[in-house]
Amino acid sequence: MMNEKKPTSLLYLDGVSVSFDGFKALNSLSFVIEPGELRAIIGPNGAGKTTMMDIITGKTRPDSGEVFFKGDIDLTRRDEAEIAQLGIGRKFQKPTVFESHTVWDNLELALNRKRGVFATLFYRMTLEDNARIEEILSTVRLSNRRNDFAASLSHGQKQWLEIGMLLAQEPELLLVDEPVAGMTDAETAETAILLKEIAKTRSVVVVEHDMGFIRDLGVKVTCLAEGSVLAEGSIDFVSADQKVIENYLGR
Amino acid sequence: MITSFLLKSFDRTIVIAVAIILGLALIVPALNLLTAPDHPLHVPTYLVSLFGKYLTYALLALALDLVWGFCGILSLGHAAFFALGGYAMGMYLMRQIGARGSYGNPLLPDFMVFLNWKELPWFWYGFDMFWFAALMVVLVPGLLAFVFGWFAFRSRVNGVYLSIITQAMTFALLLAFFRNDMGFGGNNGLTDFKDILGFNIQAQGTRAALFAASAVALALSLILTSGMVRSKYGKILVGVRDAESRTRFLGYRVEHFKLFAFTVSAMMAGVAGALYVPQVGIINPGEFEPGNSIEVVIWTAVGGRGTLIGPIIGAILVNGGKSIFTAAFPEFWLFALGGLFVLVTLFLPKGIVGTVQAWRAKRKEYRKAAEDEAARGQAVAEPVAAE
Repeated sequence: MMNEKKPTSLLYLDGVSVSFDGFKALNSLSFVIEPGELRAIIGPNGAGKTTMMDIITGKTRPDSGEVFFKGDIDLTRRDEAEIAQLGIGRKFQKPTVFESHTVWDNLELALNRKRGVFATLFYRMTLEDNARIEEILSTVRLSNRRNDFAASLSHGQKQWLEIGMLLAQEPELLLVDEPVAGMTDAETAETAILLKEIAKTRSVVVVEHDMGFIRDLGVKVTCLAEGSVLAEGSIDFVSADQKVIENYLGR
Repeated sequence: MITSFLLKSFDRTIVIAVAIILGLALIVPALNLLTAPDHPLHVPTYLVSLFGKYLTYALLALALDLVWGFCGILSLGHAAFFALGGYAMGMYLMRQIGARGSYGNPLLPDFMVFLNWKELPWFWYGFDMFWFAALMVVLVPGLLAFVFGWFAFRSRVNGVYLSIITQAMTFALLLAFFRNDMGFGGNNGLTDFKDILGFNIQAQGTRAALFAASAVALALSLILTSGMVRSKYGKILVGVRDAESRTRFLGYRVEHFKLFAFTVSAMMAGVAGALYVPQVGIINPGEFEPGNSIEVVIWTAVGGRGTLIGPIIGAILVNGGKSIFTAAFPEFWLFALGGLFVLVTLFLPKGIVGTVQAWRAKRKEYRKAAEDEAARGQAVAEPVAAE
């Protein structure tokens, strides 16, 4: 059944398992992300959410199972840099930006340009690149902080800068790990708007604990537990599911 | 392409530093050669060579700063690249001796005759030509760094583990070069040099020229490294230092970036070693001593890592101190050096130059805040005055 979906889907995971020292982090995990889809992933701690991202982005190799991007690109054979260049961006749980660079430089480095040693050694800023960085700065609301060091940004601003860097990377698929952890309510609402905006032009997978935030997003939800999919559907459908209540919501 | 790279490398501090170094390249030899020995400004020849030696140490520290200060690779084996460059130069100088050695053998250096060798080992071929030796000065350290870095960075060996294997590398080379059958003069190394490019190596003019060459090499390396760290490549290096995984997930091949910096740095260290050997007149396996590489780290830390200028100042200050200190209290130098490192780590974690830079940035910010305050004060004061 899954195989029929493979050619049209953007991301396709089938029967992916991985274990660390005997602990099964992922247990035959399968799901599919369509082009242009915004998907939320929930689940208790240790459900395998971060491991799933590690596998998609090439940080961890699965013991078994298939991971395909854009139909037939096998992600299990490639490393992080190659997968990033193919068009998969990743936001970490803890905001990870280049603290000793300015906001502007952070975006310049993230820009989807040639990434070789010599190309970067002799790189010169073009008008086009300049305009693109300006555009991203206004999207993530950091235009007035452009010359400040990233270290001086607030927690929420760092999260946005990181999202801005992912936009600069122009990925087709964006993996976002807990984007609103530690944010104020106003920032959380703004982030929901930002992600919905981003999802208009690309697929986004959001891992999140904040149920209010997921309700704001109003998208299809996948609930993971013990390394495999427990339930999938609308937020109301998933949160009414008996297994989900037992494993996650009820705890 | 090249011009924009070079233009980017010049900010005010670098321009001043390059001007000072090139100025020294002219003034010190001039004061040595053109003034009479009893003139108050006369620089004696032994001092010219001593300062020349400091400049080669400064170049070594600058090379280390490129990888440690900007990319976070704490190499504890950089003296090995320095020594290899030194050996390449030493081999050229040995071949220049020719039949003037104690045994009068036109082809074989003295130590080979002493060991009863009948012919020149293959790896000594070509070293009678200066251009070949000069090429080896950069190629041998560069190649070793490339091969070593290729395996280490590809396997993602990081932090303290990488530092330990760089120490192991220099220690292995130390043991290898101590062996007589390696063909590099064993314990005694290479010495008794006669001339370089046809000039007597002991002559005053040659010494002055070697000093000038060291200064020019340092200035050119400073321009090169400054251009590198100010380019987008350099920003990525700093990104690797501060958040390696972020760089990787942005699609950069971190291992290639590290490998390039490490190889360029090793080549610079090789040039430093090659300029060091004719000025001190000897190269022996002691240069591979693990402690030597650690000393380079101390110079860099004292001057300020990640500042390019700092390591140059650090190398000159610490070695100047060492020359004075070891003459006065020879047995206490190591304690002084260790104490210096502890003090700098505790009280000047950014080193001399880093601390000055931070202090100036803070003062600038303070002044800006004061100006804003004054402007606001005025805005408030005006309506009051109108009343």
